[in-house]
Amino acid sequence: MTLRIFEGKGASGESRRPCGSGAGACSSRPGMTRRSFLRASAGATGGLAAFAAAISPLKDLDSGDIPDLDTFLQKHYKEMSEAEMNAALDRIRARVEERYKVRPDIRDIKPMDGVEFVYALNLSRCIGCRRCVHACVDENNQSRDPEIQYIRVLEMPRGTTDIEQGNHHYERARVPDENHYYMPIQCHQCANPPCVKVCPVEATWQEPDGITVIDYDWCIGCRYCEAACPYWARRFNFVEPRLASPEEIAKTPDIESKRLNPEMSYLSNRPRSKGVMEKCHFCLHRTRQGKMPRCLEVCPVGARKFGNVLDPDSDVSNILRTKRVFVLKAELGTLPRFFYYFDERDPTAEDLPAMEHGGQP
Amino acid sequence: MTEYLRFLYRCFRLSFVGDWKYYAWMVFLTCISLFGLNAYCQQLVTGLGTTGMTDQVSWGLYIANFTYLVGVAAAAVMLVIPAYIYKNKDLHDVVIFGELLAVAVIIMCLLFVTVDLGRPDRFIHLFLRFNFPLSMLTWDVIVLNGYLLLNLHICGYLIYCTYRRREPNKKLFLIPFVLIAIVWAISIHTVTAFLYSGLGGRPFWNHAIIAPRFIASAFAAGPAFIILTLQVIDRFTSHHVPIGALRTLRQVVTVALTINVFLLISEMFTEFYTGAEHARSMHYLYFGLGEYDALVPWIWTAIVLNSTALVLLYLPHAKRGLWILNVSCVLMIVGIWIEKGMGLIVPAFIPTPIGEIVEYTPTLNEILVCLGIWAFGLLLYTIMVRITVPVLNGELTSDTLHPSEMESVRHETV
Ligand code: SF4
Ligand code: SF4
Repeated sequence: MTLRIFEGKGASGESRRPCGSGAGACSSRPGMTRRSFLRASAGATGGLAAFAAAISPLKDLDSGDIPDLDTFLQKHYKEMSEAEMNAALDRIRARVEERYKVRPDIRDIKPMDGVEFVYALNLSRCIGCRRCVHACVDENNQSRDPEIQYIRVLEMPRGTTDIEQGNHHYERARVPDENHYYMPIQCHQCANPPCVKVCPVEATWQEPDGITVIDYDWCIGCRYCEAACPYWARRFNFVEPRLASPEEIAKTPDIESKRLNPEMSYLSNRPRSKGVMEKCHFCLHRTRQGKMPRCLEVCPVGARKFGNVLDPDSDVSNILRTKRVFVLKAELGTLPRFFYYFDERDPTAEDLPAMEHGGQP
Repeated sequence: MTEYLRFLYRCFRLSFVGDWKYYAWMVFLTCISLFGLNAYCQQLVTGLGTTGMTDQVSWGLYIANFTYLVGVAAAAVMLVIPAYIYKNKDLHDVVIFGELLAVAVIIMCLLFVTVDLGRPDRFIHLFLRFNFPLSMLTWDVIVLNGYLLLNLHICGYLIYCTYRRREPNKKLFLIPFVLIAIVWAISIHTVTAFLYSGLGGRPFWNHAIIAPRFIASAFAAGPAFIILTLQVIDRFTSHHVPIGALRTLRQVVTVALTINVFLLISEMFTEFYTGAEHARSMHYLYFGLGEYDALVPWIWTAIVLNSTALVLLYLPHAKRGLWILNVSCVLMIVGIWIEKGMGLIVPAFIPTPIGEIVEYTPTLNEILVCLGIWAFGLLLYTIMVRITVPVLNGELTSDTLHPSEMESVRHETV
């Protein structure tokens, strides 16, 4: 006698036969014996236990990794109303305050009308001291462990402008070295940016003042933009960004709060989370308020010039007019807003003898 | 509707029933999948730092596997075209196994893309703000999901009709979808190739030849995979696979592999003979750059495997022996995996666009995640075949019980 676990329709004890083929709809449902039931439940329990063990690392997810409902529903930057933006900023403020014990001054700073920013870098002056690199990290709250740097300075042999020949990891007691010149590279804020084109979710776009920005709350971390950028300007947060290494924190517990730059804006230097992309944004929280980028301010030799190219009297307009500037990889059609130039003798300057007939072909 | 739910329920039950070999295989796959899941959970907690990827080499094993599998999925079309367009009887018998393979493989592809995301919790953004038609990744998401749905429909409809002993309404519900799926299969491949070849900043990818090479290698590796699978089905299930089907596929594979090798030679010639600057990644791949040569042994292995496979396929007596065909299929599957996975994705990042050389080595965690996804895909495919075979053979229909079900009924009525 077999105990019936599932009685089904057969409760009255009617015998069940497999329905013959073609006998119309068959109503009998295969039942289950005790043995198979036990076997199945043992299997199910074992399976569930194994599954639970497999996902057990998830218990270490910290609260910041699991978005609350409001964060989850937060819209794309361009779709947020003012009220929604304020709510988002409040959430960020609270999060930063909780983590760094500093109340940040965070706003959503909009581009100014009639402004298009352009950078110009004088290669005859740059001495390769890398001060801009580190000032940038300070200014923009980049992760220190591992350190994320937006600017890469190449040490170039004289006699070529081929960046393949640059040395990325030069270490010298004194710079500059007399046989080399130095070429800093950062995001070129292309006018035709491939990184923007490829982003599947429009988490990165070009603003009216020419700065390509990223909505860190929208990026899904696919790194397609990083593959697309021809200037290797993008950086990804492979782990949770930290403003100090564990050793530093052990020594000075509040070092992260001290290092945090509380002047921030939504699209620029607010703290990022792991799994999102970031890059240089021409210090838009400064430059959109009339200040200069931090990398420019710290440059000891004045190799960096920045300004509004739509203003004919600006430094950069003047440089673009009078110097023989060049951009990297012009053949790609990315139209960088980052120009390099060398100091040169100006042949139209007054004390050079003018040549007659020189202009004839 | 209830009939349909009952069908699903019976399928579900059936997937847990089998002989000891079936159980052993399923338990094995489940274990590996769970290891993979565990590794992925680790990655979720720590971030993509658990992988070997860096800012320099920002795509690795995940995207490599993804790329390879897109090819395998698209290759199902090589059964569909002869079966439906040229009315090849032999292939018609087995075409459904190709389509099921496409379903399983596309699911694997989607998993590989998902594990590569830094913020999978924001997956929904893909549907809220589409960068269409500009981003090739958006296109890829559309075509992959579309292909999945198409194949799910085709297989599901056929299987369910057979289950209900109905004649499928071919004109309305089958043939149009099959035709769309054919074009669609080519498109998933093309779009995936465009994903890479559209990037001007990566000279290694920025070639017109990438898309044709993709298709050629896919039509070699995919059918090779199917040739092996069909033999497994023939051996371990009651479904008979006609030898003619294997012969046709063999021809497909031979032609595709030949074209693939030809395109490879054209590519290498252009790059190396010109000796232009942007052959650096190529150089890295085949010969290494100075002390950096991690990929060199891999790519030469792939070349040896593929050429051996090609020679074996052209051996005159190969027509007779199946084992030669099988050996060359295995060689080709591995060869193309290396060539299209590691060999196509990683070198594009070395050196970086501004000339830095950083090599890439996958970590154990990353490899476990990949193995997990492969195991899960095989698991899915096994279940699908497990259900499909009895339905097609008329052992499981809406009005008969499957032998495995009879047993429990018998117990009950003692
Ligand atoms: S330099 Fe790179 S990141 Fe910057 S705008 Fe151009 S493509 Fe985008
Ligand atoms: S990593 Fe983020 S910003 Fe870059 S393409 Fe992907 S979603 Fe867009």
